[in-house]
Amino acid sequence: MQTLFIITGVSIGVAVIVFMSALLSGLQANFIKRVLTSSPHIQLIPADEIARPLRGGAGIIEAAIVQRPAQRLRSIDQWQKVRAQLQTWPDITNVSPSVSAAALAVRGAASRSISLTGIDPEVYFNIVPLPDYIVAGQPRLTSDDIIIGLDLGIDLGVTVGDKLTLTSATGASRVMTISGLFDLGNKGANKRVAYVALRTAQTLSNLAGGVTSIDLTVRDVYAAETIAQAVETATGVQADSWIKTNAQFFTAVNAQQTSNTMIRLFVGLSVAFGIASVLVVSVIQRSRDIGILRAMGTSQGQILRIFLLQGALLGFAGSLIGSALGGGTLVYWHNALRQADGSEIFPLILEPQLFISAMVLAALTGVAAAAVPAMRAAQLDPVVAIRG
Amino acid sequence: MADAVPVVKLEGVRKAYGTGTPVEVEVLHGIDLELQRGEFVALTGPSGSGKSTLLNIIGLLDRPTAGRLLISGRETGRLNDTELTQLRGHSIGFIFQTHCLISAFTALENVMMPQLVASEFPNDAIRARAEELLDQVGLTRWKDNLSSNMSGGQQQRVAIARSLAMNPVLILADEPTGNLDTKSADGALDLMRQVNRDHGTTFLIVTHSMDIAHRCDRIIDVVDGQIVN
Repeated sequence: MQTLFIITGVSIGVAVIVFMSALLSGLQANFIKRVLTSSPHIQLIPADEIARPLRGGAGIIEAAIVQRPAQRLRSIDQWQKVRAQLQTWPDITNVSPSVSAAALAVRGAASRSISLTGIDPEVYFNIVPLPDYIVAGQPRLTSDDIIIGLDLGIDLGVTVGDKLTLTSATGASRVMTISGLFDLGNKGANKRVAYVALRTAQTLSNLAGGVTSIDLTVRDVYAAETIAQAVETATGVQADSWIKTNAQFFTAVNAQQTSNTMIRLFVGLSVAFGIASVLVVSVIQRSRDIGILRAMGTSQGQILRIFLLQGALLGFAGSLIGSALGGGTLVYWHNALRQADGSEIFPLILEPQLFISAMVLAALTGVAAAAVPAMRAAQLDPVVAIRG
Repeated sequence: MADAVPVVKLEGVRKAYGTGTPVEVEVLHGIDLELQRGEFVALTGPSGSGKSTLLNIIGLLDRPTAGRLLISGRETGRLNDTELTQLRGHSIGFIFQTHCLISAFTALENVMMPQLVASEFPNDAIRARAEELLDQVGLTRWKDNLSSNMSGGQQQRVAIARSLAMNPVLILADEPTGNLDTKSADGALDLMRQVNRDHGTTFLIVTHSMDIAHRCDRIIDVVDGQIVN
């Protein structure tokens, strides 16, 4: 009966750990996926222009008040060289130059300000999978094509094949043909974002041959900040990682991981104390049997091993049931809880390593928890134990 | 003729409890004793006289405070716990007043236990030996019964079979018939006598019963921690 209770206790503990770990992994992966599907992992941008104080000679500043200059649209210096350099880095998977500029989309009497991005579709689509979000037309970008958001199309009353006029901040103007409409799942983005070919954006922004940013993706998204710093050092161009630009989000992810670790620690401790208390009672109940075994030649080491093994088996058996219970509950939740459109709320991530580590840790916790009762059993005086 | 090397030899054995404290009590005051191979000896004395302490020291369950103890000529004073445990397991069998069987095990498993402890893994030879011993004590029919489901007399016979499992040179019995009715007590004593004759095993039996003591070859009387007779 005791064994049944403690295995149930261990199972529930392991189930909580497995369930929480897998759920949080899924939720985090989902959040990160959502954040990173619409933005690069690292973005290279030209350093800000700064004004130096006017000096009249060594150590003499003539104008102490320095006004920050307005930041004009500038290209990254020697961006082709930087791109070629970064393409050789093994940690970096994609290098995509782009031009970002403000523009007006005009159709008859209607006009909307938009954020225009000029891209090289072949590379950029590896970073932001725009073709996946196309709801009408094609993800095609020749020099006169433009891909706009669904809501911008509705505002301007245009659809695939229609034309609209783009006017840039420099005053340049060009008539574009809508080749596709996308839905990023965000109304604000669908109203403001538009994509054109890199050369078209360069022409409209008066940046012939230049780019305003180089977007990168890396193999390990969590190493993005370290890689960004290395890129900045190697190229001299300012590199901002998604971790830096989404600092609050990343802090939240870290806080979630810390709380998960704390919960696991305390659940693990309660499991350990549960096993220990059962074994202590077991040693007291079986002290007479232990005394008999000692009288018959059982060594202290053998008694110690018996109780340590019992602790490990309790932990392992509980972890087997707990892993099944935790995994099963997660699968049930995953299937039962759906978003309004029927899609999953979080991806189901059940990695074998999670179960293996849960079982190994539970068995080790069992051994650790059994240490004190086992030593107590091994040190029992057989004479006292037999007399009861 | 008895072997030259006694099975048990005690020289000036003393045992004190609470050594170094104000309540130090010496319960054995310099015991000298020899038990030869094949002897069937009774150890008698009033309660608190030190009989059980003496039995525990001879059984290597307790260490003397002073003096020497030799088992089959082997000095035990310098043996560590592991060596003492091994010597106890291989040379000495125990029969306790309350039988001391493991209640969750069957009669057969209880008898197999000393050999399992020594070898760690069960095998056919261990099982065959246990079955043979249960046959000797007349319990073949009950070998698969849980020991907790057996009568007091049957349990004591299982305990006797178990004490023989390692073919020890010495069997120590602490009030082996104390909890048995007269008929079962006679049966158990006859059985021990038979084992003593058949195997030449030395028996040291602690008893309060003078009737049982008189059926032994020799009576050792302990009073106030000393052998008086």
